[in-house]
Amino acid sequence: MQNRTIETGVGLFLLAGILALLLLALRVSGLSGSATSETYKLYANFDNIAGLTVRAKVSMAGVTIGKVTAIDLDRDTFTGRVTMELQKKVDNLPVDSTASILTAGLLGEKYVGISVGGDESLLKDGGTIHDTQSSLVLEDLIGKFLLNTVSKDAK
Amino acid sequence: MRSKSLLERIRLLGRAAIDILTVLGRSGIFLVHALFGRGGMGGSFQLLVKQLHSVGVMSLAIIVVSGMFIGMVLALQGFSILSSYGSEQAVGQMVALTLLRELGPVVAALLFAGRAGSALTAEIGNMKSTEQLSSLEMIGVDPLKYIIAPRLWAGFISLPILAMIFSVVGIWGGSWVAIDWLGVYEGSFWSNMQNSVSFTGDVVNGVIKSMIFAFVVTWIAVFQGYDCEPTSEGISRATTKTVVYASLAILGLDFILTALMFGDF
Repeated sequence: MQNRTIETGVGLFLLAGILALLLLALRVSGLSGSATSETYKLYANFDNIAGLTVRAKVSMAGVTIGKVTAIDLDRDTFTGRVTMELQKKVDNLPVDSTASILTAGLLGEKYVGISVGGDESLLKDGGTIHDTQSSLVLEDLIGKFLLNTVSKDAK
Repeated sequence: MRSKSLLERIRLLGRAAIDILTVLGRSGIFLVHALFGRGGMGGSFQLLVKQLHSVGVMSLAIIVVSGMFIGMVLALQGFSILSSYGSEQAVGQMVALTLLRELGPVVAALLFAGRAGSALTAEIGNMKSTEQLSSLEMIGVDPLKYIIAPRLWAGFISLPILAMIFSVVGIWGGSWVAIDWLGVYEGSFWSNMQNSVSFTGDVVNGVIKSMIFAFVVTWIAVFQGYDCEPTSEGISRATTKTVVYASLAILGLDFILTALMFGDF
């Protein structure tokens, strides 16, 4: 009898361990089965990607539809080339869609926002978004502002 | 009692080094023999279950209670700091990351060393001083296999489970304080947490950490008991050593593991 309670206790203990791992996986880290859903690649060249990082999300109308998988410098044009993986089910983006680097909240992380264009031909796997809008760099803005005031003063 | 000659000091240093190396080597051989010795674990499943009960199940209460309080304290502290930056929604991610990466494995291992490690040392030490170990050997039963191996395996299995339970209960306690008491919005609490916690990066690394701690703590505890002087004073010294060495090993290893896992090099 004593033995049985011990064994039941140990069984419950092991079950609690498995349950804890499941909770950590599903509830805390938000691991879901659709993580390996099919994706396709798109490229976009930005003049300045300042602050965008790999694994940043790609969203459209506020809905996350993919993530950034690589960022490197295009040697010929000296622009930052961002590789994105988008979900297969969003395969109807027009060729003239716009990609812009946006900031979530005032101090939040950077993400890529895509807004739809009007062209009839669609972007395919490995296609490039040409119409891009770079990240906002505070120093550039301040520089422009200062330049403006200086040229006004000179008049 | 003049100061010793240089040669004498070098000799003492050498002796200390040899002593340390002897103990290390002995404990290594002891571990290998206990785990992979003749016959392995055959037929001793019953013994393992019994040890899992006394090492794992009996430690559950202290793990659950302290995990919950630590989670609640983390949420309170995090809230008071983060709310001054207007980002109290990040409480969830702070509590979860702190627990999964550091506090879960480390505090669970420290509690385990105090609760189960010291008990293991005292139990085995007492068996040694009452000559139960040598009588086992006399009747042809290998004490390494019959006494030591089940305890080692029980420790290896229990601590990772205890650490995971610690984290889960801590996160639950934190969410209770943050959501129900401090009024953080529930949706942003959980979604912030899920956005920032990655399964392989944080959960799995935390479990790997606690596996390594389990190995070290149980090894130290069992070896100290097996190696102690068979007197009541020797047992008390061995128990103290277990807790001190295990705690130091946990904290030192934690730094190294954190540097390797999250240090980006």
